[in-house]
Amino acid sequence: MAATRAQQARRGGTRRRTARAGLLFVLPWLLSLLLFTAYPVLTTLYLSFTDYNIVQPPRWIGLQNYRTMFTADPAFWTSVGNSAYYALLAVPLGLAGALGLALLLNTRAPGMGVYRTLIALPVLVPPVASTIVFIAMFDPDNGLINALLQQVGLPTVGWLTDPTWAKPALILLSLWGLGASALIFLAGLQEIPQALLDAAAIDGAGPWQRFRHVTLPLLTPVILFNLVMGVISSFHIFTQALVVGGTTGKPLESTLMFMVHIYRTAFRYFAMGHAAALAVVLFLAVLVVTLVIFQSAPLWVYYEGNRGSHR
Amino acid sequence: MTHRDRAQSHHGGAQTGVRRAERCRWRRSLAPVVRHGLLAAVAIACLVPFYWMVISALKDNSQIFAQPMQWWPHPVRWDNVLRALHYPGFPFLRFLWNSVFYAGLVSLGTVLSCAAVGYGFARLRFPGRDLLFALTVSTMLIPAIVIFIPTFVLFKHLGLLGTYAPLICPAFLGNAFFIFLLRQFFLGLPQEFCDAARVDGAGEWRIFWQIMLPLVRPALLVVALLSFIWTWHEFFGPLIYLSDRSQYPLSLGLFAFRAQHTTEWGLLMVASTLATLPLVGLFFCTQRACLEGMTWTGLKG
Repeated sequence: MAATRAQQARRGGTRRRTARAGLLFVLPWLLSLLLFTAYPVLTTLYLSFTDYNIVQPPRWIGLQNYRTMFTADPAFWTSVGNSAYYALLAVPLGLAGALGLALLLNTRAPGMGVYRTLIALPVLVPPVASTIVFIAMFDPDNGLINALLQQVGLPTVGWLTDPTWAKPALILLSLWGLGASALIFLAGLQEIPQALLDAAAIDGAGPWQRFRHVTLPLLTPVILFNLVMGVISSFHIFTQALVVGGTTGKPLESTLMFMVHIYRTAFRYFAMGHAAALAVVLFLAVLVVTLVIFQSAPLWVYYEGNRGSHR
Repeated sequence: MTHRDRAQSHHGGAQTGVRRAERCRWRRSLAPVVRHGLLAAVAIACLVPFYWMVISALKDNSQIFAQPMQWWPHPVRWDNVLRALHYPGFPFLRFLWNSVFYAGLVSLGTVLSCAAVGYGFARLRFPGRDLLFALTVSTMLIPAIVIFIPTFVLFKHLGLLGTYAPLICPAFLGNAFFIFLLRQFFLGLPQEFCDAARVDGAGEWRIFWQIMLPLVRPALLVVALLSFIWTWHEFFGPLIYLSDRSQYPLSLGLFAFRAQHTTEWGLLMVASTLATLPLVGLFFCTQRACLEGMTWTGLKG
């Protein structure tokens, strides 16, 4: 009896010891959560209700920043429109392109490793560098892309110098880097059991039917992941837009993305209060869109062992 | 359906089966050709901007925009490289060193902190652990700008604007995504090792450092590489925190050069190549880990 009690005490001691060690191990992150997450999030929220230019202390102005944003800041709507345009085209095109590419790569034929390496290369180029390269290649008069279009008899456009074509050009630039999500899709494809595809083939399903009724449903969790990541990252497009259009979104505010608008408000005009309000709106937008996507997941995402949710 | 009907439909099924087999054979011989054709087209589309950047680094403006395009520079303008590296006011070699320093330290800090924190979340039980971990994952949704505005003010009050401290220090406290990734790997390790070591009287730190850490070495390499590459690409942080040009990393130096010399295309391409080649070299040295890492970023959800 005494022995058991001693054992229990020892076990309790071990548990307390691991608990203490565990807290010590995560201590740096705990500090980071407080200092670089909780504090900034709360401060941004607070600053969004103030007028603050860094030099003078923040002055509480209630909802003024939000009111100005929606009613008296035309650049707000312009930049929201630009970012939405970009996201609505870049995300679906990127997903479809990456999925197609992954399907092409998903075979045991020789040479796939080489292709995989080659499509990963654009991911390595720093965004500032790739944007500068594309600016030169998109040159309306002597750029490579218009020269190629001319050679195959297609009409040429002004690309980054033309307000209607600047955003499509930025989208093409983003598609150049779709190799990263293609690799993620490829990993998903390789986890689909061959037996399922074989069984479908024996039942007489053609390649399209196998894709539509076996591959695609099993891939929906990866599509969900890539969709969420794609939407979030396209909401955050900044570097490429700033290199192309500067803080004014040249040409004619057509590349003035929402992040560029926040950047110039905060770090060019030092209107920190207004910028904080814009940042809160971005946060809410990301949150709402992510929640909507996750809410819609049961309608189209297939989870193994949960057939009821899938048709 | 009568018996005969069924027999007929069965017979018809056999016929379409034969036809389908023929079509399949035809398709099977054609499919690899189409597949390789499409993949080659994509691969070329991926490579052309790359190739274009490197050869344009060795051309002057009239060669860069020559019609038709010069697929090989003629003459080769090697002097571009020297001019770019010694351009007054833009010390590109210095920028290169700054990038190595910045990305190297962030990568080191990230590996150290995320390994310890990931291990704590995976293998040690403490009150509030699961809640804290759920919180950690959800912070990945917070836009960086929400964090940047108050931390900028904070570092300004600390007198640390214009230094690398705001860019590097946070990395030593951890990063939500890499903590998540490494936790997954620690979870996959067998419990017996720890138990055996604990019976032998090893402390928790020793179990972590001498037993568990070596077992996840491949994952640590991936974290180091990804965080190095992402920091090398990082633009927003240096843009708001650094003011003295001699401190710029390559991304920012390149941006500043382009802002002042919009038409020096040859030199811009030298600098772009300089900003890209170290990563390409790193990629080819550690190809397997790099490709794996790009795939793992898909395990985030």
